Amino acid sequence: MIETPTNLRDASLTKAIMAEIRRITTQAWNIMEICGGQTHAIMQYGLDQLLPPEITLIHGPGCPVCVTSLQAIEQGLQIALQPEVIFTTFGDMLRVPGNQADLFTARSQGADVRVVYSPLDCLRISHENPGKQVVFFAIGFETTAPIIASTILSAQKLGITNYSILPANVLVPPAMHAILSNPANRVQGFLAAGHVCAVMGYHEYLQIAEQYQIPIVVTGFEPVDLVTGILMTIQQLEAGQHEVANAYPRFVTEAGNIVAQQMILQVFEPVDRQWRGIGHIPLSGLGLRPEFARFNALTRFELAPTPLNESSLCIAGKVLSGVAKPLDCPAFGKDCTPSHPLGAPMVSSEGACAAYYRYHRINE
Amino acid sequence: MCLGIPGKVTEIYEQDGTLMAAVDFDGVQQAVCIATTPEVTLGQYVLVHAGFALNVLSDTEAVETLKILRDLQEFNARLAEEDQNQ
Repeated sequence: MIETPTNLRDASLTKAIMAEIRRITTQAWNIMEICGGQTHAIMQYGLDQLLPPEITLIHGPGCPVCVTSLQAIEQGLQIALQPEVIFTTFGDMLRVPGNQADLFTARSQGADVRVVYSPLDCLRISHENPGKQVVFFAIGFETTAPIIASTILSAQKLGITNYSILPANVLVPPAMHAILSNPANRVQGFLAAGHVCAVMGYHEYLQIAEQYQIPIVVTGFEPVDLVTGILMTIQQLEAGQHEVANAYPRFVTEAGNIVAQQMILQVFEPVDRQWRGIGHIPLSGLGLRPEFARFNALTRFELAPTPLNESSLCIAGKVLSGVAKPLDCPAFGKDCTPSHPLGAPMVSSEGACAAYYRYHRINE
Repeated sequence: MCLGIPGKVTEIYEQDGTLMAAVDFDGVQQAVCIATTPEVTLGQYVLVHAGFALNVLSDTEAVETLKILRDLQEFNARLAEEDQNQ
């Protein structure tokens, strides 16, 4: 079988691709990996340190936990604290700071907060707890969207009435537009997130590549995948090209998974969304279509408006938009650590700050 | 969050009207929803994220990618050899 990690973590193959990168690189280039999972893989394998000094990797906003708005987190805390609620979430969300508290705090105050491996588990929990309201914190990009959509469709089909979601899904292409139209932008090439593209394909990127004259290369997550994506981006940059290329064809086609896309479109519609640290991005989120509005936790529960107070020390917004690196933050590793995070990028297994902390990039 | 792990489909079945598969991840078996990859057949690999198959692995593309990379590796090895000989 070809997909074995031995092949795609092959050091000699990675080194050969690195040699080719060194051979063809003639000037400085800034390349953004959008996905936080790729940021972690790059740090874990030390790929950034093997690249020639001309190549700078800029870490992107592809960390769903990081960009979930403070308002959504405060709403989640309020919902979780209601006595009849079982609040379900991916594990990474528990420690993300709200104004003062996080979901761990809510749990210590008696809230029934449960970590689920898959949103599909929520339907079982709903079925087993007919007297409770089960709410899923619907965060994530286009990868989690079809799964969450399928829970809504199943709940409808099976007549499950005690299940709802707190909608917070976000979309990658609008974030790329936001990054590229920022006057402070330094990004000259993109590694597009392979798993998002496994679902969505890459046809949406053709227009972005053309409009901003920027190469975009769909990239996977193994070391060989990552360096191949970087090589293909540099090849285009050196040749003055701006095409969409696919370095992850074993899982990604231009059209993507059409059944999954139809499922997303059946349940959700694009809505404006606030990205934590980055700001408001038009049509960058997924909201429930009117016919599924009864599955929206925001209408099911009465919530009080809360003022929103972000840490004044944290520079998460600059890190998430690629304008600053984690080490530019005066709080990094001092006031802000994974056990006492000021901002979400220090919490998440996809956050750039957590990656720098975990892989000891402290003295760079 | 966008973590995806490839696993091999060993069984296909229906549960509460949803298409499911038993998927083997190097010896660990897990139930995976294949509602959006109904075309998958036994023995194929799927990319699994949060208990859900996002897509099916294309064997031909996987072989082709590795072949291109191996060629590149040989090309660079030859270049290095020529450098040494000069």
